[in-house]
Amino acid sequence: MSSYSGLFDLLGMREWCDEDKKPSLMSLGKLKGGEANWYDVKFPSLDNLHEACAKVPQTRDFTAGIEDGFLAIRPVLRTVLDPLTQPLSWALDGALWLFTSAPWWLLVPVLFGLCVFVTKSWKIGALVLSFLATFLFIDHYDHAMQTLAIIFVCTLICVVVGVPLGIAMSKSDRLQRAITPILDMLQTLPTFVYLIPLIFLFKITEPKLYGLAIILYAIVPVVRLTNLGIRLVDPDVIEAAEAYGLNKRKKLWGVEIPLALPTIMAGINQTIMMSLAMVVIASLVSAPGLGTLVLDGINNLRLGVGFVAGFAIVLLAILLDRVSKAALDRVNATQSNH
Amino acid sequence: MSKKVKVSVQGLYKIFGDDGASKVELVKNGMTKSELLDQHGHVLGLQDINVDMKEGEITVIMGLSGSGKSTLIRHLNRLIEPTAGKILLDGEDILSLQGDNLLEMRRTRMSMVFQKFALFPHRTVAENAALALEVGGASKQEQRAEAEKWLARLGLKGFEDSYPNQLSGGMQQRVGIARALCAHSEVMLLDEAFSALDPIIRSQMQDLLLELQKELHKTIIFITHDLDEALKLADHLVILKDGYVIQQGEPQHIILNPSDVYIERFVSDINRARVLRTRSIMKPLGGQDLSVALPVLADDNLESVIEMVHGDTSKSFVVEENGEQLGYFDMHDIVAAMVPQRAKEEWVG
Ligand SMILES: Nc1ncnc2c1ncn2[C@@H]1O[C@H](COP(=O)(O)OP(=O)(O)O)[C@@H](O)[C@H]1O
Ligand SMILES: [Mg+2]
Repeated sequence: MSSYSGLFDLLGMREWCDEDKKPSLMSLGKLKGGEANWYDVKFPSLDNLHEACAKVPQTRDFTAGIEDGFLAIRPVLRTVLDPLTQPLSWALDGALWLFTSAPWWLLVPVLFGLCVFVTKSWKIGALVLSFLATFLFIDHYDHAMQTLAIIFVCTLICVVVGVPLGIAMSKSDRLQRAITPILDMLQTLPTFVYLIPLIFLFKITEPKLYGLAIILYAIVPVVRLTNLGIRLVDPDVIEAAEAYGLNKRKKLWGVEIPLALPTIMAGINQTIMMSLAMVVIASLVSAPGLGTLVLDGINNLRLGVGFVAGFAIVLLAILLDRVSKAALDRVNATQSNH
Repeated sequence: MSKKVKVSVQGLYKIFGDDGASKVELVKNGMTKSELLDQHGHVLGLQDINVDMKEGEITVIMGLSGSGKSTLIRHLNRLIEPTAGKILLDGEDILSLQGDNLLEMRRTRMSMVFQKFALFPHRTVAENAALALEVGGASKQEQRAEAEKWLARLGLKGFEDSYPNQLSGGMQQRVGIARALCAHSEVMLLDEAFSALDPIIRSQMQDLLLELQKELHKTIIFITHDLDEALKLADHLVILKDGYVIQQGEPQHIILNPSDVYIERFVSDINRARVLRTRSIMKPLGGQDLSVALPVLADDNLESVIEMVHGDTSKSFVVEENGEQLGYFDMHDIVAAMVPQRAKEEWVG
């Protein structure tokens, strides 16, 4: 038994410790405690102290406490968060339906046209076309489109929420101080840990479960870089805007956002790439797409399936990166290379 | 000098820090800038500034770096709020302006030109020039026409659709000036507008400003740290040091009667023969023999007078303006004026 029994005896706390215990055990503990050698001396951790004195809680009691606490507030959280996040489920379901039920001969040209439109580059268009053809040819097209649909929705929400949040942060040092630690935490938290509270909160079959996980993970760069971009706008130019009577709204839309746009776009590019990383992991909580194939490869030891799906993810990553970078370069070009 | 006062700064104090207002009394009681910083952690920006800027004149504010010039000029359009004091524009206290009225004042009554140009890099030259009109809600055609007019006047015809970073520094500052002129404001504020330019370009820009001023008669407040520039442009010269006005007045008068060693040091480096004008050294008429005196104009500088007589020290001169005789001086007066004067202790300005 424990070498710390003696300590509690010494402090005269034995009686308090053993209030709920049978006295016979105590004497045994005392006996063994005397024989402990120095080499085996244990750190006074909660578990070890618990052995010496039953009144000290175990670490397991704490984790159980967190669980109980979480379960206790779960109904409240659910009633608040459920309706609030329901549109996310609808959006994801809708996008998934759209991307999977549209026939390939319609969707591929539409995606091609969209990419050429935002990048103004036929080269990028050709790349997109060849990658989509590859997905079709190796029969990974449906899964790739599911992944793309999820990324599409999540990135959109990240931008719609993240850009205004970043702008608000750039205007208020207090807000920046309050939000930066949250962003730091979201960025450093291991990706799997995100899933834990969400699994508690939502049914695993609900799309908003993985949608929230992806958004929480991927929103960080767009918020950070929007804030940074606006703060880095040349103060002389801002002063000129003020000196000529621009009001706050005109200053924001006419000067700050256009000048911060390259930085904001860099943030959006990172957000897209992080959505892709997370959507693969989110297959653990029933996110459809290429991730499920990788999961299948792991669970059922199907090496080939996993590898080919991994290859398809790489293609998708290259595709998303190239298209968003090309769009970014175009913004940069209109800003400075005239 | 019966010109109307356009902008009047009265008893202006600016103390940077969390609680500047409570420190005004300390400064009034004689606390210096360094004491205020050491003991209270506040920066004394300006103290007891009283300057009248007259309509149609160029008022130059000069001082070394950190003397508070930029702080002062930014009070005039309230980019900086004063800690104490009054600022009158056409007799109206601009400190009472709020919200849209303040924005309107900045857009229509004051225009500013910046040291680093501060053009919008994402807009064309014409769009930059028309900024004040755009903010005021003018039509696109109106904006374009006005921008083209002033850009052409400043020698930038053909660059309307370029972007600022395609232009040289001198050209960019012309766009900065066009932006100010497009605003049709009566007051122009120039904060070291030419300091970032090469000497030759800079001299050209000074000439351009004087030329425009002959035509437009704006009330110009010009900031510089360069005495030559100040003397070339100033109708009224204000010299700042550590946030207070150390001397102000007619530039020629300041050169001849520096009130302080600080100004003496500024003044000692300049080419006095080129800067001083005959009207500044002439003596009143009466009793002199004017029969041999050569006529010179009141605005001629001494260098041109010396050149005219090839340095002959026996000559004397009569100063004329509009056919009227104003005064008299001889070569001894010129030589005497070449030597910088020590500051007079009991200078009254
Ligand atoms: N926002 C500010 N906060 C604190 N001190 C300032 C601020 N702006 C200017 N100052 C101080 O005021 C003084 C005058 O500055 P400035 O007006 O920029 O001088 P100048 O334009 O003559 O070089 C300097 O000592 C400067 O450090
Ligand atoms: Mg300055």
